[in-house]
Amino acid sequence: MTEKSESGFFDVRISDATLAVRDALREVLANLQPLALSDDEVGTIELVLAEALNNIVEHAFGADDKPGEIRIRCSRRKDGLHFAIIDDGLAMPDNKTPQASAPDVNVKMTALPEGGFGWFLIHTLATDIRYARVGQTNHLNLRVTCGG
Amino acid sequence: MDLTSLHEENIQVITVQEQRIDAAVALAFKDRMRELTEGGARTVVLDLDHVSFIDSSGLGAIVAAMKNLSPDRRLVLAGLTVAVEKVFRLTRMDSVFGLYSTVDDALKALRG
Repeated sequence: MTEKSESGFFDVRISDATLAVRDALREVLANLQPLALSDDEVGTIELVLAEALNNIVEHAFGADDKPGEIRIRCSRRKDGLHFAIIDDGLAMPDNKTPQASAPDVNVKMTALPEGGFGWFLIHTLATDIRYARVGQTNHLNLRVTCGG
Repeated sequence: MDLTSLHEENIQVITVQEQRIDAAVALAFKDRMRELTEGGARTVVLDLDHVSFIDSSGLGAIVAAMKNLSPDRRLVLAGLTVAVEKVFRLTRMDSVFGLYSTVDDALKALRG
């Protein structure tokens, strides 16, 4: 569900299910269409948001069956698109985002990592990444440079 | 998860008939890959030509599929679209897999 955001550009709300992430991404990209971004920029935004939303679904809400809500608020500024992702799930461990280092791929085949790429991709593709626990909600802010 | 499979001599070509390998289908992808490759060819070519989006869960599922075939068999990738190739490059997984621009290229190279 999309709403016109008062302060920003648009506001998308979804439930805490894996398939809802697909719907949210589709909706965000539809809202971005008027900006005529390049395929690469659209791909970057889709990937960054997918990783952030999947983490929320899996970790903030994964532990219990309590229904949750995730909001994605987008505002457009000169330096790019600013996204605020807000959920009412569990806090991040130690109230901070996980390590952003790249998983080591110079290892034996059997030891290759099958996970741990998500935050690395977010940190690689987005900037100004900030996380805060506000009351019972998580606020993740990030910026994607685009639009020239 | 819609995957189709073709065999030719010692090579199996599995084509992903969907546009996304993401968190929603990563488990289904892994399971289906295991079923399709059971007792099959030494080399499996995964055709990603129809895939326009992959996230870290999808990447992890492809890595899992490769590990599942090892050490005696191998998985190579073909037909990576720009967005998919980017995820492999950023995570440096492009150095781990054999990558071919098309299935035909892969088959030519693998037949030797």
